[in-house]
Amino acid sequence: MLLIECPWCGDRAETEFSCGGEADIRRPALPQTLSDEAWADYLFMRKNTRGWHRELWNHSQGCRQWFVVERNTLTYEIAGSSKFTTSSEPETEGVDSSAD
Amino acid sequence: MSGRYSAFSLLSNALQYNRKWPRAWRNPQPKAHYDAIVVGGGGHGLATAYYLAKEHGYDNVAVLEKGWIGGGNTGRNTTIVRSNYLWTEASLMYEKSMKLWEGLSAELNYNVMFSQRGVYNLGHSLQDMRDIERRVASNRLNGIDAQVVSSKQLGKAIPGLNTSASARYPILGASLQPRGGVARHDAVAWGFARAADALGVDIIQQCEVTGFDIQGGRVRGVKTSQGDIAADKVAVVVAGHASVLAGYAGFRLPLESHPLQAFVSEPLKPVLDTVVMSNAVHGYISQSDKGELVVGAGIDSYVGYGQRGSFQTIEHALQAIIELFPAFSRVRLLRMWAGIVDVSPDACPIIGATPVQGLYFNCGWGTGGFKATPGSGWVLAHTIANDQAHELNAPFNLERFASGALIDEHGAAAVAH
Repeated sequence: MLLIECPWCGDRAETEFSCGGEADIRRPALPQTLSDEAWADYLFMRKNTRGWHRELWNHSQGCRQWFVVERNTLTYEIAGSSKFTTSSEPETEGVDSSAD
Repeated sequence: MSGRYSAFSLLSNALQYNRKWPRAWRNPQPKAHYDAIVVGGGGHGLATAYYLAKEHGYDNVAVLEKGWIGGGNTGRNTTIVRSNYLWTEASLMYEKSMKLWEGLSAELNYNVMFSQRGVYNLGHSLQDMRDIERRVASNRLNGIDAQVVSSKQLGKAIPGLNTSASARYPILGASLQPRGGVARHDAVAWGFARAADALGVDIIQQCEVTGFDIQGGRVRGVKTSQGDIAADKVAVVVAGHASVLAGYAGFRLPLESHPLQAFVSEPLKPVLDTVVMSNAVHGYISQSDKGELVVGAGIDSYVGYGQRGSFQTIEHALQAIIELFPAFSRVRLLRMWAGIVDVSPDACPIIGATPVQGLYFNCGWGTGGFKATPGSGWVLAHTIANDQAHELNAPFNLERFASGALIDEHGAAAVAH
């Protein structure tokens, strides 16, 4: 079982969390302008990284906040957790960063 | 060629104290060039090479395996074979495989211990039963044996199953595919390896592919831990690592790799003579010929390449099994393990061409690829030889994710993914 650090609550057992998959996937600002391929790329294509991977977790049995965990998908080692930093990136306006 | 297995060879080798059995396949050095290379020496890859040689006359084929034959998911699954999928595309594909299974031991001259002991998929709610009736009707329209059985019939057929109305998740009925069952997964890998080798296929183990030679949008060969090997066509059949190899070729796949765990108990006397699966409580169980109870769990929710998963997933699956079979609560587990399964968004595989010419992928089988082993190899061999998908695998193309023609077997495939 993984020991995951919630940025708000501290270290908790994996059973308190839900995994939301790959982080940093941005919902396109204007989906209606996209080609089918570009939409499929956003919707379905994944890096599926073998190694260090930024992924979303939700503290669903705790504070219910989403955050980012950097975890090694091969060794399952966890480097740390972080809150979202979208404020410094104005182009992410309208981005649903909690995309599941 | 290692000689044909027969009652006579069994007897004569027994009389020589089994010291003279030849190796089942050669251990060749890679050649500089092959007409076709199959990357991945699991069941699907070996079957692909076998059918390329057998059905399409390819006499210069290699299978490259980074570890050993059948050491990946082929040897890590729960060995269940069935074809009772909901949608026509999927059920025809799995039924093709089922028909190949039915003659496979004779075809390969190798006993894959295919045992058609029936597969039950339990329903625990009225909605489950409606879904089961729909799936059974769909199966019958596609010529697949399927029937709905009542809770009372289940109680008679499977004595250990808790069919009482006081169960926490009462069993209302089930679907039954009598032709479903189990096969010995190691024997499937070894049988295909031996039969492919006999047709001249080079099986090269401990040979990891680390890149592709792509010129002008066309694959020319592979880079491996044993040097570069040229090839006219390359088929990648590597299950959990498909995304990694797609990355070497410069494109992405709609896959995520997850650990999928399974376990066996200590050997028991015969207690369960069929396969029982439950979508709602999520567990599936059968008994191996050695007497071990073979139990499968669901996937762990995170991406994982570590061939191990989290403990609560094991606990969850065993809770389901004990719910179904209260008598198994005192059984001890003997071994547990995980495989890396590449799960696609619609729980269906991707079989066919890629953005790189001459490069084919067969991946995305997720949690249920073992049952498809012969059919998957058969359609991929056809696709490679003709440079065009067979009608059975044409719907399972990579383009469906852009076109929207998904084959949504999620939740419909009789087991949750």
